[in-house]
This record gives sequence, structure tokens and C-alpha cells, in this order.
Amino acid sequence: MTPTTHLEDLLRELAPQVLGALVRRFGDFDAAEDAVQEALLAAATHWPRDGVPDHPRGWLIQTGSHKLIDQIRSEQARRRRESTAALLEPSPASVPAMSASTTSGAADRDDTLILLFMCCHPALTPASAIALTLRAVGGLTTAEIGNAFLVPESTMAQRISRAKQRIRASAVPFRMPDRPEWTHRVRSVLHVLYLIFNEGYASSIGDDLHRIELSGEAIRLTRTVHRMLPADSEVAGLLALMLLTDARRPARTDPDGELIPLAAQDRTRWDRRQIAEGVALIDAAVTRGAVGQYQLQAAIAALHDRAGRVEDTDWPQILALYGLLERMTGNPVVSLNRAIAAAMVHGPAAGLTLLDALDHRLPGHYRLDAVRGHLHEMAGDLLAAVEHYRAAAARTTSVPEQRYLTAQAARLKAITARPPAAE
Amino acid sequence: MPKYLLIVDYRPGVIDAPMDEWAPEDVKAHMDYYGALERELTESGELIDGHALTGPELAKEVTAGAGAPVVTDGPFAEFKEILAGYQLVDVESEERAIEIAAKISRVPGPGGVPQEQPIGVRRVMGASDFELLMPDL
Repeated sequence: MTPTTHLEDLLRELAPQVLGALVRRFGDFDAAEDAVQEALLAAATHWPRDGVPDHPRGWLIQTGSHKLIDQIRSEQARRRRESTAALLEPSPASVPAMSASTTSGAADRDDTLILLFMCCHPALTPASAIALTLRAVGGLTTAEIGNAFLVPESTMAQRISRAKQRIRASAVPFRMPDRPEWTHRVRSVLHVLYLIFNEGYASSIGDDLHRIELSGEAIRLTRTVHRMLPADSEVAGLLALMLLTDARRPARTDPDGELIPLAAQDRTRWDRRQIAEGVALIDAAVTRGAVGQYQLQAAIAALHDRAGRVEDTDWPQILALYGLLERMTGNPVVSLNRAIAAAMVHGPAAGLTLLDALDHRLPGHYRLDAVRGHLHEMAGDLLAAVEHYRAAAARTTSVPEQRYLTAQAARLKAITARPPAAE
Repeated sequence: MPKYLLIVDYRPGVIDAPMDEWAPEDVKAHMDYYGALERELTESGELIDGHALTGPELAKEVTAGAGAPVVTDGPFAEFKEILAGYQLVDVESEERAIEIAAKISRVPGPGGVPQEQPIGVRRVMGASDFELLMPDL
């Protein structure tokens, strides 16, 4: 590990703790968030030159507090200039005095978790929650987040500022949610982390490799949540799902950056260490009971990752798990996956029959065509497969998929055009 | 989040009179409407970029020839379908993109009557989430 990445890791680890401490003391999330960003910038400037201070967290809280107090003072001065009326503002002297470190490690962890609950608040749109989480808890800069989502920094800055206004307006108290709300709020946090992972994993194909590594960031944040809530099996399930999916990343593209389907991947290139960690996590989680959708998805991913060869895949087990997941979520995309598993167990005709029931639930959706193409190919009906691959290619919303689907259609078309071999 | 390109061309909507025949206050109301919409989309963190384009009078068409590229001026056959301006937005859903397009289409013309220009809505190609949603293929 280079000194720079070590410093970055340290700052990202400390960012939510420092923010938590400042929000706890000053109460203003919006202002505290700005102050933390400034403190992080100051650290990134001073520490490489002067060395990391003995109490880095205390240093950051101190620096952030000074920035906040400066901000409050200049805001007060501005208001005094604007109005002659006496304002009931706290004087700088009433601002709480700072000490380097007054809270225990447990409080730090709680602060990070409370921050996550705040940033992933259901009152925010997913896009706002994602941006705010990456900045406030992930410690990424606005420029980095903008880059990750391919929008200008100014657009991302607006989005974050709007999200902070929302939080201020909703007056969410800075404390752990009550028991009745707890499960609901944890679910929001996991959903946001899941979306961050997806964005990163999806964009790591094609020409977007310069983008900041969001799936790694999502794994890091989910690991943090798992450390704080080790008994929550859905948190463990989500972490396992991310690790088991990310493990296949080295094998999912060819040297030209084209998508390689699961069945054709070189499994020796899968990340064995990540698979071992993910499998251990999911095995431990499912024995604790209360199986949720992330655990089911992770269990399915684990079955794929455990198969040394594609023909060793335990499809009956995968089919059973999709059945559970379908009943739990009612999500038509899950039904689509169950149709694939059914085709692998009972043959393509069974899968195609299941797909017929999905036409009205996923109308005109290219994934339905993509799966039909695949199952018709399995069944040996190449002309139908070509037609569906083409239809899917015409409706997909991504360039790598379009290339993949077009290549499938072209490959089968070439086979059907060839004169039959002499008997 | 999906990105959409919202496209305005020269089709006039329900109002045929060209803008140079409008009353000044109608032109102002028209421009103010665009300005307010742009501010709204900027503040919501949805607007990535947006521009009005110069007219077809300044347009060129370039074709790579065997030697030097061939450059021709307009006018073009289908004048009304030439791109007049665009906005690139990054939004939560297609519904939201359509909602914004409808706002653009409602830009007021003479007498404050909504112009109802047709607005093209085109999704920008994005990242591939195929394997994530189809983990078994």
C-alpha cells in the first residue's frame, strides 16, 4: 500500500466519525458537512508534508469545528450587515468548546451508522441518497462523485446541496431510529449501498474504466455496516452478494472489453479470496434464520461461484432459490431469472412457457427478448433466436449490451446461412 | 440515473407566427419561461447541459471525399426537422424526463398561449447492468 492510498483510506474511515461528532455538537448537518470537506482538504494538504498527527481524528474534529465557527461568525456578520434588527443568534462564545477526543469508540461507530441512516433517509430520492452517502459517509469529493455518475461537478454539487436542504427541512433528529422504524431504515441503507455497487459494477464494462471505483466503495461501506451490525443477516447477505458478484469481474470481459457470458467465462480468473469470504458470510447468515432477498441472491451467486465448471452448476438448487425470491419480492426480473433456471433444469421449452406469462409484466422489455433469444438458441431454433437477439439489441440502453446482443444475432445468422453439411 | 436528450426542432406547434412578429412582452415572457425552467433544473441537480443552436442559415454539411472533405451549406430539404436546441438531463426516471419535456413544450407564445412544440425525448446509452439483473446468463 502506498502512503497516498493509506492516507486516503484513513481520511475516508475518519470522515463520517468527524461529521458525526460535528453534527452532534453543532446540530447543523448542512454546515457540518461543508466543514468536514474543508477539514479533509486541509488534512490532504498538510499531512503528507507535516506527517499524520498523533490524533488524526481529534485534529480533523478541531479543524472542522474551527471552519464551522468561522462560518457561523461570517454568517452572523452578514446578517448584521443586512439587518439592523437585533437577532437572537448564538454568539461565538456560546459555541461549544472543542476537545480533541471526548467520545468513545462505540459512539464513533454509532455516529457513522446514524449518518448512514440520515443520508439514506426515505425522504430522499435514491439519486440524492447515493450522492450524499458517498460524500458524507464515503468521504469522496463532489468532483469524484460527479465523475462516477458522468455528470458535471456543478450538477452533482446542486444535487448534494438539495439533499442536505431536504434533510434539514425534514428535521430528522441526529439519533438512532426507534425500534419500530429500525428495520425499515436499515433496508433503505442497504438499498442505497446496493445501488452504488450496481452502478460501479455496471460501468466497469466498456470505456468507463477511468471512473472512480464505486463497487469497491460500496463493498467498503457495506463492510462498515456489517462490522457495526454483525447480527443482521441481510447486511451480511448484501456484503456476500457484492463479494461473490465482484469476484467474477476479472473474467467478464475479453481483452477488447466485450462482455463474456457466465457460461463462457474462464473460471480460473475468478477471485478465489473474495469467493471464500462471500461463501463463508452467506453460509453463516442463512443459518441464523430470517432469510431476506439479499441472502437469497447471494446464495444463488454462491452456487455459481462454487461450480468449478459450468456443467457442475447446481441448477435445481438455483431454481428453488429463485422460487423463494419470486414469492418474496414479486419482481418480474426475478421471474425472468427463474425462467432461465427452469430452462436449465427442465429444458428450454419449460423456460419459454414461463416467459409467456411475463409479456404483460415487462412489456416491450429488451431483457425478455434477450432471454428468449438465449432459450430459442438452446432449443436449436436459431432463426427465432436471431430475431429475438436483434429485437433485444434494438431496445437495450447500453452500448456493451448492444454489441453483445448484435454479436449473438450475427453469430447465429452466419450458422443458419451456411449450407447444410453433406450427410 | 438515466440521461435523456430533450430535442427541440423548428416545428412551430400550435403557433405559426415567427417570433419577430410577436409583441415584445410575449417574447420576454417566452424567454423568462425558459430561464425559470433552466434555473429549476439546475437547482434540482438534473440539468447537465442545454443550448440553443444557430439557425440553418449557418449550418454546414461535411462529407469525407476521396481528397479534401466536401463542405456544403444549407438549406436542407426538411427545414422544420432541423435541430434547434437541446437539453441534456440526468433524471430519476423516464416519467420525469417526459414531465420536463412537457414543460418545455408548454413554453408560452403570443398572448401567453402554450406553444405546444413537439419535444423529442431520447435516452442516452448508459452502463450495462445486464449481468446484475440476469446473473445466470
